[in-house]
Amino acid sequence: MLAYIIRRLAAMIPTLIIASMLIFAIIRLPPADFVTTLVAQAAQSGSSSDQASMAALRHQYGLDQPLYVQYLRWIGGLLHGDLGYSFEWQRPVGPLIQAQLLYTVLLSLASMVFMWVIALPIGIYSATHQYSLLDHLLTLIGFLGLSVPDFMLGLIYLFISAFYFHQPVGGLFSPGMESAPWSLAKALDLFNHLIWPTIILGLGGTAQLIRIMRANLLDILGQQFITTARAKGLREAVVINKYAVRVAINPLISVMGMQIPNLISGATILGIVLSIPTVGPLLLRALIDVDMYLAGSILLFAVILLMVGNLIADICLAWVDPRIRYE
Amino acid sequence: MSIELHPPELIFPAEVELAEAAVEADERRYMVSQWRLMGRRFVRNRAALVGGVVIGILYLTALFANFLAPYSVENRFFQYLYAPPQGIHLFHDGRFEPYIYPIKLTIDPTSLRKVYTVDRSRVIPLHFFVHAEPYRLFGLIPTDVHLFGVDDPSAAVLLLGTDRQGRDLLSRILIGSQISLTVGLVGVVLSLIFGTIIGIASGYFGGRLDDLIQRVIELIRSFPTIPLWMGLSAALPPNWPPLLTYFGITVILSFIGWTWLARQLRGKVLALREEEYIHAAEIAGASPLWVITRHLIPATLSHIIVIATLALPNMILAETALSFLGLGIRPPLTSWGVLLQEAQNIETLANYPWLLSPLAFIAVAVLAFNFLGDGLRDASDPYTVS
Repeated sequence: MLAYIIRRLAAMIPTLIIASMLIFAIIRLPPADFVTTLVAQAAQSGSSSDQASMAALRHQYGLDQPLYVQYLRWIGGLLHGDLGYSFEWQRPVGPLIQAQLLYTVLLSLASMVFMWVIALPIGIYSATHQYSLLDHLLTLIGFLGLSVPDFMLGLIYLFISAFYFHQPVGGLFSPGMESAPWSLAKALDLFNHLIWPTIILGLGGTAQLIRIMRANLLDILGQQFITTARAKGLREAVVINKYAVRVAINPLISVMGMQIPNLISGATILGIVLSIPTVGPLLLRALIDVDMYLAGSILLFAVILLMVGNLIADICLAWVDPRIRYE
Repeated sequence: MSIELHPPELIFPAEVELAEAAVEADERRYMVSQWRLMGRRFVRNRAALVGGVVIGILYLTALFANFLAPYSVENRFFQYLYAPPQGIHLFHDGRFEPYIYPIKLTIDPTSLRKVYTVDRSRVIPLHFFVHAEPYRLFGLIPTDVHLFGVDDPSAAVLLLGTDRQGRDLLSRILIGSQISLTVGLVGVVLSLIFGTIIGIASGYFGGRLDDLIQRVIELIRSFPTIPLWMGLSAALPPNWPPLLTYFGITVILSFIGWTWLARQLRGKVLALREEEYIHAAEIAGASPLWVITRHLIPATLSHIIVIATLALPNMILAETALSFLGLGIRPPLTSWGVLLQEAQNIETLANYPWLLSPLAFIAVAVLAFNFLGDGLRDASDPYTVS
């Protein structure tokens, strides 16, 4: 197993190198750079910029050097843990995105837990009560959940909370709580702010998991070892939970791997819609203002997050299903 | 022990006939073409049929949007900023004679907020096929006939309300559907072209080419879609003309879309490559191009159609999301995502909730496509028993 993990990690390196080149190309693709953004901002406030000061700025930011030099400087810094400098925020990128990255991971993880906690029992119920009224209802709700994307759910949630709850949405803590020392009240406050984004982000995946769990379990319940187990006189609960569900759960773990990109995408756009501090709002602004090192680092971390998530899903699968051998 | 035999007279001729008919029906089933079987199975699926009909209606609406919309996209009613949706009344004095009540802007004396009040003293009849703003139907035929409207120039029919600049939301949604519904279509066609060629080549030729293509697909898939889409659309130069931006967006959407199709087709082709009829064609001297165009593409066509149908709603949603973020379609072009941009702010949502109405159109379109795609997928393999 350890050899497998090491091999997978090694295989990630070339992909990451090419991905970083691709990201750099995407970010340097627009004809504009951050200096043009500055000039545009200056023009809006009425002052004009001359060629000399623009060239001086470009030199200061290193934008006058050939592209490959800029790329190598960025990637060289990355290897030392230096993510570059954000022109817009006038701060190093690393500390700037640390909290947002953490929050993106936290939200994605919370959504994943939510998905499993909700989807498993519902999937099992749907399969064991096939074609019952509740099964039909849950299937329909699942279909709706699958069709409505998270950013639309986010908008609907914004609308409902503005209309009925009259509570401010967004952020992680209520005003005044942010700087308070950690306590039960603060944790509860964080939970209150997290719960709805988590549900909204997890709904699509939940619907997908329910569908797959139901279909898998139905397949397995028709197999002979289940009939044997029942014929032995085992209790139905044991037959379902210890025999059928254990086998039916394996494909769900591979699905979990496939859902990670959706979760990262969802957390990004949901952050913008609900104004919660995932990497989304930062990325959007960095892209629009051509703040290249900031945008590039966020994109690169999104890729790393996705790859690590997939690796963890594969390891989980190997751990749960002893039939799988990675050689 | 005696073996009981059925006496011959106990076999009813009717039963024999029935059995023969069943065999015949089976044979007929084997004789009809695969596409017929798919058609039969598809028609039996109600949800898919409804989905198909809804999509048909949506595209027809988009085609005739300029005629159906009472106003143009940029028509501003400066006297009706943020006007709420108007109720439409169908019967007047017991006869079918649709009408609306005029609305009037008043300032609430206590809160000093703008309030629209309905003036029930006056009735404005709605007329069909009115002559109003000129436009070109299908971009070609110049005309000024709109499906409905009011004759009174001082009044306006605003069934879904207006936005910040006093533009009729219904008209904007209808005309916006032209872009929202076609961006996905063009994007899917582009993905189909790339995905089919690359996927089939990857599966059929195998070897180094296959390895290279699979690595490229893995690389693209190692990006989360929304951040990648955001990065690519931000790279579109802002000074591009609207039409070029539109095509830029479709290319960006298909940049990820083709990988799905290519992966699936590769798997299909890998299996088909070992089929006897493919070997037979090769031994008979058929060129790879012949095998691909005459055998592989027809054999995978149903698959391609299903994947395309299921990819379309995702493309529509992606365009909506990008335009919503301000990175996709830009004004003066109008799409559903552009319309939703106005509904980003929580204060706006609380005060002018009708700005969210494009959401309903998006949800209906996406659901209909998903139902249709599911039905097509079930029908695409007509030999399985469901």
